[in-house]
This record gives sequence, C-alpha cells and structure tokens, in this order.
Amino acid sequence: MLRENRSTEIEELLGHYPEKRAAMIPLLYMAQEEYGYLTPQAIKEVADILELDPTDVYGVARFYSLFYLEPVGKFVIRFCTDLPCALVGAEELYRYLLETLGLEEGGTTSDGIFTVQEAVCLASCGTAPVMQINFQYFEHLTREKLDEILALVRAQGLPPNGKGLRFAPRPQQQ
Amino acid sequence: MEQVYIVLRHREIPDIDQYETYVAHGGYEGLRVALEQAPDEVIELVKQSGLRGRGGAGFPAGVKWGFVPKDVFPKYLVCNFAEGEPGTFKDREIAEYNPHQLIEGIIIAAYAIQANTAYIYHRGEFTFAAQQLRRAIAAARAHGWLGEDIQGTGFTLNIYLHPEAGAYICGEETAQLSSIEGHLGQPRLKPPFPATHGLWQKPTVINNVETLTNLPMILRHGAEWYRQWGTERTPGTRVYCVSGHVVRPGNYELPASVTARELIFEHAGGIWKGHRLKAFIPGGMSAPLLTPEHLDVPLTYDDLAAAGSMGGSGGVIVLDDQTDIAWVIAKQVAFYKHESCGKCSPCREGTYWQKMLADRILSGQASRRDVELLKAVSDQMTNTCFCPLGEASRMVVQGAYKYFADELYQWVEERRRAVEPAAV
Ligand SMILES: Cc1cc2nc3c(=O)[nH]c(=O)nc-3n(C[C@H](O)[C@H](O)[C@H](O)COP(=O)(O)O)c2cc1C
Ligand code: FES
Repeated sequence: MLRENRSTEIEELLGHYPEKRAAMIPLLYMAQEEYGYLTPQAIKEVADILELDPTDVYGVARFYSLFYLEPVGKFVIRFCTDLPCALVGAEELYRYLLETLGLEEGGTTSDGIFTVQEAVCLASCGTAPVMQINFQYFEHLTREKLDEILALVRAQGLPPNGKGLRFAPRPQQQ
Repeated sequence: MEQVYIVLRHREIPDIDQYETYVAHGGYEGLRVALEQAPDEVIELVKQSGLRGRGGAGFPAGVKWGFVPKDVFPKYLVCNFAEGEPGTFKDREIAEYNPHQLIEGIIIAAYAIQANTAYIYHRGEFTFAAQQLRRAIAAARAHGWLGEDIQGTGFTLNIYLHPEAGAYICGEETAQLSSIEGHLGQPRLKPPFPATHGLWQKPTVINNVETLTNLPMILRHGAEWYRQWGTERTPGTRVYCVSGHVVRPGNYELPASVTARELIFEHAGGIWKGHRLKAFIPGGMSAPLLTPEHLDVPLTYDDLAAAGSMGGSGGVIVLDDQTDIAWVIAKQVAFYKHESCGKCSPCREGTYWQKMLADRILSGQASRRDVELLKAVSDQMTNTCFCPLGEASRMVVQGAYKYFADELYQWVEERRRAVEPAAV
C-alpha cells in the first residue's frame, strides 16, 4: 500500500542515497503518515522496500521517540518540560494539560483526538513554555492559552504552519 | 555592544527568506566569489577568518576542511541541524527566517571540499524550517546555484533534507552519520574521523547551521572584515540564546567577546521579577554552571573553558536566586538518562544511578550519604564514557557541586527534618 500510494516519492527518495538502507527514517515517517502509527504491516512494507528484515527495521524504529509503535490520537501533543522551559513553569502547566484532558503521560483521549507526550527541549526555549501539536509550535503558553488552543484545534484542526515567534514579549512576566 | 547581524540578517531585512529579497541584499555574491577561486583558496580564506564551529566543540571550520583528502571520491557534506541541546534555539531561527543564507553557505562549503552531495540533517520536529529550506533549495536550483554544472563552473551539487526522528545523541556527528545510513543513532569510535571515513566510509564534513550561515558573508567581505568582531581566537559574532529567568529571553547576535553580564543584564533585560542571579549555564545545558562571580567572563570558547565551563552551543540558561540546585540537578540528569543511547555502560548505568540519587535527594528522602554518592558516581563516570553525552551528565553535576555542595547538604537535612522529625 505504501509502495502503491507514494511510489513517485519513494523512487525520488531512494535516489538521494548510494544505499537503500539510508532511506529508512524518511520511509518510516511516510509509513507513519499512511497508517497513523507503525503497525507490523507498515514495518514490513518499509522492510520490503529496503530489502531488509522487518526485525532490523523495527529495531531502528524503536530507537527514536518520534516513531509511534502504538496507536495515537489524531493530534499528538508533545509538551516540553526540559530545564529551560521548566524554569518558567512548564512542569506545572504540563500537569494542568494532563488534568484538563484527564490523561496520564502518553495517554490518548477516549474520543481518539489527543495524545499527550512529555517532550525534551524543542529548540524554542526563548518562547517557553512551549508544545508542538503534530509538529507545529505553540509558544508562550499559559493556562488560558492552552484551553483556547485545545478548543480551537478540536473544532477546526490545526492553523497553517508558520515561523516561530521571535519578538513577541512574554505575557505577564517582569 | 550593539547586536551585529551577520547570520540573523532577517532582523533587519524582514523578507530575506524570499529569493529576490535575498539577492537584492547581496545574496549569492559570496558564492560567486567562492566559485571564482580554487577550492583550496576558499579553504585558506576560511582558515584566515578564524571561523569556529558553532555546534559545540568550536573547532576551526577551515582547518577541519583541510583534513579532507583530495583524491578520494565521492565526498559528502552534512549540515547539522539536529539542534537538541537544551537551551539552544538559534539554528531553527536561522533556517526559518534566513534559509537562503544557510543554503548558500552549504554550497560554499561543499565547493571548498568538492562534495557533490550535501545532506541537511534536521530534527523531525522542524517541519516548518524544513519547508523553508525546501523552498530555498528549489529557488537556488531554478537560478542555477544548484544541480549540474553550477554557473558554468563544472561543479555539481545536490542538497537533500534528511529528517532525524527524536534522539538527542543524533546531534553528535558520528551518531548522525550512523543515523543517516539507516542504523541506530549511536556514536562511532574516533579515529578514524569523518573527514576521512564518514558517510559510507567516504570523506565527510559535518558543520553546524550557524557555522555554515556565516560563510556567505565571510566570502563576500573577507577575513579581515570578519575579524573586526570578537577576539583573536574566537572572531566574529555568536548567536547567544538566552532562556530562563530573564526579562527578555531570545536570540542575541553579538560580538563573541561579549561578557555574560552585558548579555544577561543589558540585552536580556536582567533577572525577572526583580530577583537576583544565582547561576547561569553558559553553553547549552551540558556546560557546567557558573556563578555571579563569573559575570565578567567574555563568552568565548577559551575564556569559558578557563572559567571551568564551556562555550558549547551558545545557549545561556539563567537561574534566579529562588531556584533550588537539587531540582536543577534532577532535571539535568533526567535528560541525560533519557537520552543515553545505551551503547556504553558508564553512561547507561551512570546516568541511571545519577537520576535515582538526584530524585531521592529532591524528594527529601535522602541522607548526606546520598549527596556524597551522587558525586562519587559522577566522578566514576569521568573520562570513561564512549562519547561526550555521558561526560556532560557527570560534568554538570560536578559543576553544581563545585559551588553548591553546601546547599545540597542543607537541603537534605532540612527535608529530613520535615519528613521524619523524630529522627533528629
Ligand atoms: C551529545 C552531543 C550532541 C550534539 N548535538 C549537536 C547539535 O544538535 N547540533 C550541532 O550542530 N552539533 C551538535 N554536536 C556537535 C557535533 O558533534 C559536531 O561537533 C558539530 O556538528 C560540528 O560542526 P561545527 O564544527 O560546525 O560546530 C553535539 C555533540 C554531542 C557530543
Ligand atoms: S527547554 Fe523547552 S524548548 Fe528548550
């Protein structure tokens, strides 16, 4: 299915490298997009394209935290609680997020909309606290902003992807 | 000192991510200058500029390029856009806002070492930055700066984006090579160095985003121009990423000789909420912390090393006087334990013990003995780990003990009293 649905992309991708195996990570992302998470079938298809053993591919997929080996919600929230973010209240805000959605770390809401994961530094520490939803940034978070974002995404999906904030002042901190 | 925009030029030229705007402001002129010279002359010029790698180690870029053998083909260039060091967020700003200058820098570096393929290894999270880079690559290609026979010079280069997938260790250059090849992202033994045995055992140069983004301006204006800022051994500017307890966190591009005092108190507006400075971590979270007595240290690689820390990635994390050191240590070692790739036991087991002890200390269930043990475990890890990840984990603990050991002992005593009053 992967091979059929994305054949041009896959062919182009394989042309980037002298060895097929190097297309592993990009292909795993592609498979994850197609299947929602890396099902045994998805792993097998990647292995077939790369002419590798599925256990080999599985071993690589397991190493990386952005590959999901279990089903996830429609929107995966990755919330940074690393030191720089934690200095400005990210841990407390993360607990609030879990509470609001009634989840434990890594959990998915019963309607299958949100999965919440704790993330390491997202390279956005200057606009902390920060999270990503399906790899889009949401910065300068507060409780109010979190509530708003969750409601908005639930109702309308994600806004267009764009540049991160640079100059906006941090709300109420001085 | 005023900010000087050599890489963060979008701060002055807002639409510089558009090809036409970039070209109107001298874009691709540096590459034109490079292509008019022999590759070795470009290497020589970059050596003279003294440009040092901004990824963490501060190795002189031109010197590294000089290690690449001339007669072995193919060669590869890898742009390290893994940016995972906590407290660092400059490469993402560069790629999102000034992507053409990075692409031009990559082409210049590839020409200098005669690589015909370059990979931009970017964090999987950087979807928008990747989109910007893809757009810039397409525009550069459309205008004859990429592809076959660039500007009639006979030089060919293709740039491909390669995503990483969530592993801090893949920022380390040899782990990055393994990751690109489709293996587990674990570091390799050096030597041999990537310059001779890199991707698929071929000569490979790995440079950081900020390092490469400096190149177009150096080629355009020359080594002397670049050396008007910074010091003899750390010329030019650096992008300092300020986070934590300051009034104005953010990226500041300043002459590399700026002091911590000026960066934190003038540019970043000082400590928030009227609090006082307790400590600062000057080069990304892996750098040992420094205290207010070090505020006048210039933030160069050499000065910071002399002060017992390191320049690292340029991430300056500021801690106010309300911050508990026990908590800071627990946060730090939790990160390294989580990110240890598991290859070597000093790091895998060492960070496990560090985290257990740090958590126990933080929880108030610890004794003085645990505080001693955390130090002992960290000392045992010293110079035994396979790569700098494990070494960072022990260095940050050792650094904290250097200035705040008393606070840790006091912490456990006060907590114990609170938890089990009968015991005292
Ligand atoms: C654990 C670890 C993580 C690293 N992460 C990064 C990173 O995210 N980005 C980066 O440019 N360099 C990183 N480095 C440094 C690279 O190994 C390498 O020195 C650098 O990319 C070389 O480029 P430069 O000479 O231009 O700095 C890391 C090093 C270590 C040990
Ligand atoms: S620590 Fe949260 S983005 Fe860097």
